[in-house]
Amino acid sequence: MNIKCEIMNAQDISRSLNRLTHEILERNHGIGDLVIVGIRNRGDMLAQRIIQRIQDIEGKTVPLGLLDITLYRDDFQRLTDRPVIQETEIVTDINDRKVILVDDVLYTGRTIRAAMDALMDMGRPALIQLAVLVDRGHRELPIKADYVGKNVPTSVTEQVQVKIKEQDGEDQVLLME
Amino acid sequence: MPLKMSDQSVILKNARIFDPQVKLDKVTDIQIRDGKIMDIGPAGAFKGKSIDCTGKIIVPGLMDMHVHLREPGHEHKETIRTGCNAAAAGGFTEICCMPNTSPPIDCRSDVEFIKERSAGHLVDVHPIPAVTVGMAGEKLTEMGDMVEAGAVGFSDDGRPVATAGLLRRAIEYAGMFGKPIIDHCEDPSLAQDGVMHEGRVSTALGMPGIPGIAEDIAVMRDILVAEYTGGTVHIAHVSSAGAVRLIREAKARGVRVTAETCPHYLVLTDEIIRQFDTFTKMNPPLRSETDQQALIGGLKDGTIDAIATDHAPHAYEDKECEFKEAAFGIVGLETALGIMWTHFIDKGILNLENLVRLMSVRPREILNLATNKIEKGAVANLTVIDPEAAWVVDSAAFESKSRNTPFQGWNLKGRAFGVMNRGRMIFPV
Amino acid sequence: MQLEIRHLLGLEGVSREDITLILDTAESFKKVLERPIPKVPTLRGKTVANLFFEPSTRTRFSFELAEKRVSADTVNFSASTSSVLKGETLKDTARNIEAMKIDFVVMRHSAPGAPHFLARCLNSVIINAGDGAHEHPTQALLDMMTMREQFTSLEGLKVIVVGDIEHSRVARSNIYGLVTMGAHVGVCGPATMIPRQMEDLGVTVYPAIEDALAEADVLNILRIQLERQKQALFPSLREYRNLFGITLERLDRTGRDIMIMHPGPINRGVELDSNVADGDYSVILDQVTNGVAVRMAVLYLLGGERQKLEGDDHAA
Repeated sequence: MNIKCEIMNAQDISRSLNRLTHEILERNHGIGDLVIVGIRNRGDMLAQRIIQRIQDIEGKTVPLGLLDITLYRDDFQRLTDRPVIQETEIVTDINDRKVILVDDVLYTGRTIRAAMDALMDMGRPALIQLAVLVDRGHRELPIKADYVGKNVPTSVTEQVQVKIKEQDGEDQVLLME
Repeated sequence: MPLKMSDQSVILKNARIFDPQVKLDKVTDIQIRDGKIMDIGPAGAFKGKSIDCTGKIIVPGLMDMHVHLREPGHEHKETIRTGCNAAAAGGFTEICCMPNTSPPIDCRSDVEFIKERSAGHLVDVHPIPAVTVGMAGEKLTEMGDMVEAGAVGFSDDGRPVATAGLLRRAIEYAGMFGKPIIDHCEDPSLAQDGVMHEGRVSTALGMPGIPGIAEDIAVMRDILVAEYTGGTVHIAHVSSAGAVRLIREAKARGVRVTAETCPHYLVLTDEIIRQFDTFTKMNPPLRSETDQQALIGGLKDGTIDAIATDHAPHAYEDKECEFKEAAFGIVGLETALGIMWTHFIDKGILNLENLVRLMSVRPREILNLATNKIEKGAVANLTVIDPEAAWVVDSAAFESKSRNTPFQGWNLKGRAFGVMNRGRMIFPV
Repeated sequence: MQLEIRHLLGLEGVSREDITLILDTAESFKKVLERPIPKVPTLRGKTVANLFFEPSTRTRFSFELAEKRVSADTVNFSASTSSVLKGETLKDTARNIEAMKIDFVVMRHSAPGAPHFLARCLNSVIINAGDGAHEHPTQALLDMMTMREQFTSLEGLKVIVVGDIEHSRVARSNIYGLVTMGAHVGVCGPATMIPRQMEDLGVTVYPAIEDALAEADVLNILRIQLERQKQALFPSLREYRNLFGITLERLDRTGRDIMIMHPGPINRGVELDSNVADGDYSVILDQVTNGVAVRMAVLYLLGGERQKLEGDDHAA
C-alpha cells in the first residue's frame, strides 16, 4: 500500500487529544468514577496520554485499563493465524464506574463490540463511552463514538494508519491506498 | 494383463540361462516341449513359436517355502487360487502353505483338499501341515499319512512347538519320513503381549516389546533338541542377530538345522514403526539395524539357507485399526524378488548364484524334494527374471486378495518376466 | 503466530517455538481464569468430542472445563457407553462422530498411536489425551508451565521423573518436551520399570533414589499401579515405598529445596507421603489449575480455519 496523504501530523494529534480530554471532563463533570480503558494496540497509548492530560488539568490521576480483545473477536473462526494474546490489565474494579473506552480508529465497529463484551465479562460499568482519534465511517454495527478526534471520509479500499511515537517512533495519521 | 499360454512347444530366445547346479551360465535359446526342456542352444538352432528373452535371465523356478494361503476358513483374505496367482506374478513356481487355516491343516483330507484345489495351476502347492492336532500343542498329527498325500514338512507356525519334549518327539517322528519340523521360534513368557521389537523404538513409543531373546531362546532350544535327536529342524523367519549366531555355531558343530529369513527383515527396521503403520507389524517383528546386519551376514556365509516371504494376507479391517489391535503379518509374494534384486543383487551384496540357492535350490533341499535343474530332459520349471525392469509397487494391482504390504510405492528394479512349470506358462504379450 | 503442528498428538518432534507459544498463551488464559467471569467466547460455534476409551476423571474433567471456558460445545463419549463394546472399530466410531460435524476430537485410548491413526482418518483436529504408555502431551505441557512459573526458564533445569517409567505416558511426554526445551531430564525407578535403551531418549537413568534426590531441581513422581505386581515388576507396595517412596525424611536428608510434582491421583504413603504432597514444595494443585489453562491454549491455537489435510488411508 502506498501513502495517499497525511491526515494528521503530531501537532494535530496533540490538539485533538487536548480537545477530547476536555470534552470527556466536561461531559462527565470531572473525574469522579472515571476509568480510561485503552484497546490494544495503540488505543492503550492514547488512553495513557489522555490520563496524562487529565493529570495536567485536574491534578489528579485517573485509573488506566488495558484491554486485549483477541479472545472476543468475531472473525476468529476465519483466521488461520492465531493472534498473540496480550495482557488485559484492568487494575480497578469497573463495577459502577464510568468507563471511557479509547481506540485509535473507529471503522466497522466490530472491535468496539468485542471490547464491550470483554468489559461486560469483567464487571457491570455504570456506563461506557467511546473516544477515538479517527472515525473513518463504514460502520457494520450500530455503534457511535462519543468523542472523535477527526472524521475522515474514506473508501473501503483505503486504510487509515495511525502511528504513535511510543510504538512507531512518530505521531502521525496516514491515509493509505 | 499377462498372457497365459499352454502351448505344446515354445522357444525362449536369447536369454542368459543360469543354473549353478549344472554350472550353466550362457546366453542362448532354450526349447521347451510338452513341459520339458528339449534342448539348450545353440542360439538360433530352433524354429517355431518363440518368446524374445533378450536381456532376461532364466533360472530354476523359485520356491517360497513359507506362505499363508488362508483357505480353508479365511477366503476373504486369500484363496488357494489367488495365492497361486500372486506367487506366479512374483516369479514363484512352487510354494509351501502353512497350516494355520480354519480348521488347521492337520489330517490327510486337509492335505488332499489343498492338492486338489491347486491342481491345474502353474504353481505347485506343497502343504506343510500341523505338528500337533488342531495346532493345540498336544497330540502329534498323522504325519506318515500326510506325507503320502503330499506334505513336505510340519509346523505349528504362528506359534512355537509348545514344549521341548513335544519338539523332540516331533523331530524324531517326522524324521522317519525325511521331513523337517519347521518352527516359529518365540518364547511366549518373554514375548508376552508384545507387538513390536523391544528396543529403542518400543521405548520411545511406549509399546510392549518382543525382545530378540524371545526368539534366541527358542532357537537354542530347537538346536539342542535337533542335536540330541540327530534330527532336522528348520527355523522359520529368522529375525534376530542372536538366532543367526546360534544357528551359525550349531551348523559348525554339525547340527542338522536350517533357517530362512524374509525380505522385509532385510530392508526394514523397527524405526519405520514410528509411523504407526500397521503394515509394518508382523511376528517376529522388524528388529534393529544390528539384527538386520547379522541377517545379511548370515545370508552371505550360508548360515541362512533360504529366503521365504511369510506371505500373510489380511483383510482391510484387520489392519485399518490401532497398531496394537492390528493383525500380525504382511503379504510378500509379489514383492520378494523385486526387493531382493533391487537391494541385494543390483547392489552387489549378493550374487545371482546366492539368489538361486536362497530362493530355489535350498528350499527344495531343506524339504527333501528333488531340485529342478535346467538340463535337457528335465521338467521346465523356470523363472525368467527381467533384471532391468524398473517398477513401482502398487498394491492395488496385486494378484493377491490382500493389500497389506509395507512396500507400497517403493521403486524397485528387477522382477519376474515370466514363469513356466509343467507345460504351463505366464508371459507378457 | 501459528503452530507448526496441526494436531497435538504428542510432544516428540514438536519444536521449541511451538511449545513456547503454547506455554505463553496458557499464561494469558490463566489470567482469564482469574476474572470474575472466567470464560471467553473465542471458540463459540466449535464442537469438541471427548472420546475416552479408558476411564479418566481428572483429565476429562480438565479438558471439559477448558472447552467450556473457551465457549466450545462439548459432547462426551466413553467406553462404558460406547459402541466399542458392540465391536465397532475405532475408525467407524470416530467417523460416525465426525459426521455429526465435529471440529476437535480429544481422545484417551489404550493403544499407542491411536490418535495418530485417527488423524489419518479424520479431518478434525486431534488432541491426544493419553495413548497407552506413549504420550500425554497436555499433561507434560502443564507440568512445564508449572515448572516455568517457579524457575522462569526450563533451560538447564534438572527434572527427574520417578516411578514406573516403562508404562508411563506422562514420563515420555515430559521427556520429549523437556529435552526440547533444554532441561536435563533423569528417570529413576525399579530396574524392571525402566525400558530398554532409555538413554537414547536423551535422559540419565538413576538407579537409586538418593542419587536422584542429590541432583534434582524438580521431582515428577508417577503413580504406581498396583496391578504391576501381578506382572512381577515389583514385589510389594511396602518394598516400593522403602526403595523409591518420596518421604519427608528422604527430602530433609538432602538439605535441598526440591519442587514436588505428581500427575495424580496420588497413592498417599506409597510413591509420595502426605506431608510431602501437601508440603511447601508441592505444586500439585498448581498443576491442576494450569492444566485447564494449557488445554484452553491448545484449543485456541489449534482452533482456527485450516486446510483439509490429505487423507492417508490404506484404502486402495
